[in-house]
Amino acid sequence: MDALIQEFFNLSIMGRVAPLILRGLGETLLLCAFLVPLGLSGGLGAMLLATSRSRLVRFAAMVSIDFFRSFPPLVLLIFVYSGLPFMGIRVSPVLAIGVAFLLNSSSYYGEVFRAGVLSVPPGQSEAARSTGLSAGQTFLFVVLPQGVRNVLPELLSNTIELVKLTTLASVISAPELLHSADLARSLTYNSSPLVLAAAIYLMLLWPLVRLVRRMERRLVA
Amino acid sequence: MTMLDRFAATFLDLDVAARYAPEMLAGLLVTLAIGLAVIVTGVGVGLALAVLRAFGFRALDFVLIQIVDILRALPPLVIILIIYFGLPNVGIVIPSFVVLWMSLSAVLAAFSEELFWAGITAIPTGQWLAARASGLGFFQTLRYVILPQAVRIALPPLTSRTISITKNTALGSAIGVNEILGQAISAEAFSANATPLAMAAALYVLLFLPLVIASRSLEHRYRAGRRGWTR
Amino acid sequence: MLSAGLGPTASYLLEARGVRKSYGTSEVLRGVDLLVSPGEMVFLIGPSGSGKSTLLRCCNRLEEPTGGSIRVGGIDLLSPKTDINKMRREIGMVFQSFNLYPHMTALGNVALALRKVMKKGRQEAENVARENLARVGLADKARAYPAELSGGQQQRVAIARALALDPRIILLDEPTSALDPELVGSVLSVLRDLRQSGMTMVVASHEMRFAREAADKVLFLDAGLVVEEGAPEEIFARPKEERTQRFLRDVPG
Repeated sequence: MDALIQEFFNLSIMGRVAPLILRGLGETLLLCAFLVPLGLSGGLGAMLLATSRSRLVRFAAMVSIDFFRSFPPLVLLIFVYSGLPFMGIRVSPVLAIGVAFLLNSSSYYGEVFRAGVLSVPPGQSEAARSTGLSAGQTFLFVVLPQGVRNVLPELLSNTIELVKLTTLASVISAPELLHSADLARSLTYNSSPLVLAAAIYLMLLWPLVRLVRRMERRLVA
Repeated sequence: MTMLDRFAATFLDLDVAARYAPEMLAGLLVTLAIGLAVIVTGVGVGLALAVLRAFGFRALDFVLIQIVDILRALPPLVIILIIYFGLPNVGIVIPSFVVLWMSLSAVLAAFSEELFWAGITAIPTGQWLAARASGLGFFQTLRYVILPQAVRIALPPLTSRTISITKNTALGSAIGVNEILGQAISAEAFSANATPLAMAAALYVLLFLPLVIASRSLEHRYRAGRRGWTR
Repeated sequence: MLSAGLGPTASYLLEARGVRKSYGTSEVLRGVDLLVSPGEMVFLIGPSGSGKSTLLRCCNRLEEPTGGSIRVGGIDLLSPKTDINKMRREIGMVFQSFNLYPHMTALGNVALALRKVMKKGRQEAENVARENLARVGLADKARAYPAELSGGQQQRVAIARALALDPRIILLDEPTSALDPELVGSVLSVLRDLRQSGMTMVVASHEMRFAREAADKVLFLDAGLVVEEGAPEEIFARPKEERTQRFLRDVPG
C-alpha cells in the first residue's frame, strides 16, 4: 500500500515537477486552441464536399474520409514527421501534428457534420427555396443551424477525442503535457508526474464528458 | 531526382519491402491478436456492466458512472504509460502487450457500457411489462427480449467506437510491443528508409478500411430517428 | 397590381400545359393542363398518388417536369434563363407538414425571406412580418416558437410566411390534411379571407365542402391525368366520368 502511494501519489515529487507539468499544460492548451478550430473548419469543408451535388466529388470525399478514418493517428503522425525527412522535407513537430491531426479530425468532424445536415428534414429546404431563398442561403440560414444543433453532443464528443489525441505528440517529443510528464518521470524514476498529468486531463475533460452525457439525455427526451 | 522519384525511393523501395516483409507480417499478427483480445474483453465487460446496471442498485450505478466517465476522459496513452512504468516499481511486472491489452480493454469497456446502456434504456418499458406478465423471469426477459433489441440499437455506434479504440494498438509501439507500427519503426531505423512506414500504413488501412465501410453502412441502416426537432 | 417580377398582361396567371413527370420508370404526371386566371381559386382533388402534389411542386419548380410547359405571369418557368429564386417570390407555397423553421420564432419564420431575398432592413422586415401574422390572426404569437404552437397555428404562420412576399399566386398542398379536425376550421377561415381579398390560389385538398363553397374550378386527377374538370356544382352534383363518381362516393364530405 505504502509502495503504491510512494510510486503513484508521491506529493513531494509532484510538487517538484509541478512547474514543468504546468508549462506542459499551457503547451497542450495552445495546441488545442489551434487544432480544434482547424479540425472544425476542415470538417465543414469535408462535409460540403461530401454533400456536393456532383457524384464524383461526393465519392472522392467519402473515399478520403473513410481512408483517414482507417489510418491510426499515431501512424499518420509518424509518417509525416519521420517519413518526410527521408524525402528531404524537414518537418517541425508542430507542423507534423497540425497536418496529421487536420487530416484525421476533418474526417471525423466531417462525418458528424454530414450526419447533422442529413438529419434535417427535406421539407425545411423545400419551404425555404419556395420563398425564393437561394440554395446557399437555404443551407446557411435553415439547414446548417438545425443540423449542427442536432449533432452538438457528437461534436463535443469528437472535440474531447481531439484533446486526448494531443497526447500522441509526446511520442515525437513535441511540447505538450504528457511529454513534460514523461520527461519528469524519467528524471525522477517515479510515476507520480504521470498521475499528476492524468489528474489534469481529468480536470479538463471529465466535466466535458459529463456535459455530453447530459446533452445526449436531453436530445432523446 | 524529381519529387515523384524521391517519393518512390523513400516510401516504395521494393528491396526494403521484401527484406522486412516477414517482420511486418509478424507485426500484423500481433496487431490482430491484441485487437481481437481487446474487442472481446472490452465489449464483453461493457455488456456485463450494462446488465449490472439493469439491476437498478443506485449506489452501484453512481460508482459505475464515475469510473466510466474517468475512463472516457483519460487519454489512453496516459493510462498505458502509468501502468507500464509504474507497476514494475511496485514489484508487479507485466509484459507490455498485456499492459496494452488491459488499458485498451478498460477504455473500450467504458464506452461500450454506455452504448449498451443507451440501447437498453431506449427500449420501451412496455417490453419489460409484456415479457414479465407472460411469466418470464428477470434474466430471461433480459436475455430473450431486451438485450437482442438493445444490442441492435447499440451496434452502429459501437462498431465505430470499437474501430477507433482498436486503432490505438499502434500506441503499443511506445512501450515496445512488436505490433505493426513498432516493427515499422525499428525497420525504418535499421534500413534508413521509410518504406516500412508506408507498409505499416498500407497494412493498417487494409485492416481497418473494410471495417470502417461496414460500420458506415450499419449506421445508415439503423440510424435511429430520435433526433430532429420536427415531429 | 402589377409586380415588377412578372411580364405584362397575361390572360392566365398560371398556364401549365402537358406537364409530365417521371421518376425513373414510373410516370406520375402524364400530360396535365392547369390554367388559372387571376383571382381564381382552383381546387385539385383525387386519390393519393394521383399526382396533385407533384403537379403543385412542378408549378414552383420544386420538382423538374420531364415534359410540358409552365408559364407564370407569361414567363416561362422552366427555361434555364429564368431566375427561379425571383419567380418564387411571386409564387407562394404552403405545405401539408407546415415546414416551419423550428429554430426561429414565428416572426423569424415570416421575416427570413423578407430579409434575405427582398433585402429589407431588420425593422422593415419585422413590421411586414407582424402585419402578415396579424392577417392570419396570430399577431400575439410573434415571439412563439413553432413547438409552442398548435398545428392550426403553425399552418397559419406558414401561410403568413408565404403571404409576406406579396405573391401573385399561392399553391397549397393539402394544407389541412395533417391537422386535427377541430383545428381545420381556423385554417379554412384564413383561406376564405384570402379568397375574398382576391388572391389567386391553387389548392390540393380533401376538403370537399370547402371546395363546394369557395372554388371557382375543380380538377379531378387520377393516375397522372385530369379526368374531369369544371365548376364545383357540376363536378360534385353531376360528375360525368365513372372514376369521378367512384372517388366522390368513397370520400366523405
